[in-house]
Amino acid sequence: MSFPWAQEYKPQGTVSKWVDERLPLPRLVYNAVGAGYPVPRNLNYFWNFGVLAGVALVIQIVTGIVLAMHYYASIDGAFNSVEHIMRDVNAGWFLRYAHMNGASFFFIVVYIHIFRGLFYGSYKAPREMIWLLGVTIFLLMMATAFMGYVLPWGQMSFWGAQVITGFFSAIPLVGEPLRQWLLGGFAPDQAALNRFFSLHYLMPFVIAGVIILHIWALHIPGSSNPTGVSIKGEQDTVPFHPYYTAKDGFGLGIFLIFFVAVTFFAPNMLGHPDNYIPANPLSTPAHIVPEWYFLPFYAILKAFTVDFGIPFTGIIIVPAKLMGVLAMFGSILLLFFLPWLDTSPVRSGHYRPLFRKFFWFGLIPSLIVLTYCGGKPPYTQWVVLSQIAAAYYFAHFLIILPIVSRIERPLPLPNSITEAVTGKPLETAAA
Amino acid sequence: MVRLVAFLVGLFFSGMLLIGLGDTVIKAIQEPAQPSAEYEFHETPLAVSFAHDGPFGKYDRGQLQRGLKVYSEVCAACHSLKLVAFRDFAALGYNEDQVKALAKAWKTEVPSINPETGEPASRPAIPADKIPSPFANETAARAANNNALPPDLSLITKARADGTAYVYSLLMGYRDQAGYKNTEGKELLKEFPDAATPPGLHFNPWFANLNIAMASPIVGDDQVTYDDGTKATKEQMARDVSAFLAWTAEPKMENRKSAGWAALGFLIIFTVLAWMSYKTIWADKKH
Repeated sequence: MSFPWAQEYKPQGTVSKWVDERLPLPRLVYNAVGAGYPVPRNLNYFWNFGVLAGVALVIQIVTGIVLAMHYYASIDGAFNSVEHIMRDVNAGWFLRYAHMNGASFFFIVVYIHIFRGLFYGSYKAPREMIWLLGVTIFLLMMATAFMGYVLPWGQMSFWGAQVITGFFSAIPLVGEPLRQWLLGGFAPDQAALNRFFSLHYLMPFVIAGVIILHIWALHIPGSSNPTGVSIKGEQDTVPFHPYYTAKDGFGLGIFLIFFVAVTFFAPNMLGHPDNYIPANPLSTPAHIVPEWYFLPFYAILKAFTVDFGIPFTGIIIVPAKLMGVLAMFGSILLLFFLPWLDTSPVRSGHYRPLFRKFFWFGLIPSLIVLTYCGGKPPYTQWVVLSQIAAAYYFAHFLIILPIVSRIERPLPLPNSITEAVTGKPLETAAA
Repeated sequence: MVRLVAFLVGLFFSGMLLIGLGDTVIKAIQEPAQPSAEYEFHETPLAVSFAHDGPFGKYDRGQLQRGLKVYSEVCAACHSLKLVAFRDFAALGYNEDQVKALAKAWKTEVPSINPETGEPASRPAIPADKIPSPFANETAARAANNNALPPDLSLITKARADGTAYVYSLLMGYRDQAGYKNTEGKELLKEFPDAATPPGLHFNPWFANLNIAMASPIVGDDQVTYDDGTKATKEQMARDVSAFLAWTAEPKMENRKSAGWAALGFLIIFTVLAWMSYKTIWADKKH
């Protein structure tokens, strides 16, 4: 792909020429994240979060590999091996806290990255494949994070595993056998812990592989931008390096300041105290809650309280529990269909007055409410709030968006990125 | 087709949620949730401050040594401290010989085997040992404690919400249940006549279900004699042992905070430089 004005990699030294002729790896990097990749000049800071997510993955892999050197995947030893890391391993407390909070920060930047895509219509043609791969990465991240949370074998690890694998038992007929097959037993035990550790180590590398596809797919049409208007000429773009390496470097500094502040000064802020109690299959915690980044989905699961059936006959077609599980998975899987649900040709939310209202006053509040209610015990007020918010969530994507795309009159778009930035038409504008 | 299916799925899920909403509201009106004694009378931890609070806080070594004394003479009769070794006490300001002496003089010995016969035996602790547990196993612990299991205290301040203040509040929180009123002035036994503490348990509004198996461990002033001459009031002992248990849960806290300041300092300089290069590189480019 690429634009005709993209700079070409010109190896200078004899060695780099020799390498380039045999394995053009430096050329690949140059074209992917170097001066060879033209990027719209008007990207705002929301376009920083893809790079930040990549950095977060690297932090997780590096700290995780070292932690795995000291961790012991055994139901008798796992909890104490984590405490051994915290107490006796050189800088072990840092590795462990960085890994634990790194997961949270990975989700924070990925959520912002996803919202960037949702608001600016980054999922629309010709970028559908980037979006589909992105949702896949998100699903893989969720599975990885869940299995990682089980590894310390604390109370929330064990009971979280119990609840989440319990979802599978809601499936009619094959549910219970499927659950036992996944766990390797009747309840989370040694077999489950071992396979979760194995998969938790494997999946980040699968994620890295899908990220390569995600970036590959990105380089076919090139990056989107806040106006949503396609690139029309060289004036619209700047080379990724040095322009965006510098801007992303600044964003990275800000991100790391937040990450370091939490990791070193409030490392347990985002965790749950119960996970400092060793797992005990005979003692159920008062409130089983997942990590904060799963709370909206947990709230959706719990929001389904009535069975679907034929009224007055007692015949149940879909029990509430199964519906909750389907809806929870559905709330993420529906994102795969988003490019075909939102049919408006205008990408950016800036130029979509109606879409923008539903986004800021509907979708965002409903997700905040779901996150909040997900962590609360099942008292009436929290159930009611999460039912309203979950009903809106599904309506937003499946009903409102397709209708809005049809009836909305978008605002006039700028003729080009350059015109939006400089106020002058592309043809006459200088740098 | 996609949009039609999506519309129907959306209608189904949102519809079922709204039916559920109606159902929840009707049920809440027909059978309003009964208030429970635990919900209305459980207290959040008292406000208490320690030298190690805040981003610059450091442990007060004297306080930790006093807390160790309270633990070893009071708590250790029932509660284990399995994750802490005697050698770790060097961090409380003891020298090598003092740590050796502490280990050797510890009331419970370390289980071992008789080298001659192979029979189970015990020996005095050495600095490399973890603190020996007061009971051989869970069954023994339950048998000696009216079937309740005294939890290990190594991580207790991290295993409870606002843990250090929680331990302090719990130790200070034993009350006479007859006539007990909470801060709102509600009297527990008038509001909930069934909430009377069962025999064998002890009333403590800072414990999750208000009734705790542990009798008040701190019974009066001067229960321990501090080596540094501090007056051992009940409040002082509760405070010192809470600080000590904060240390057992987070022994590397001081390293963490000082490394944190170094990392933040480095990052602030890095970020300022990054911002300057960003401004320089983009100087000629309107964006």
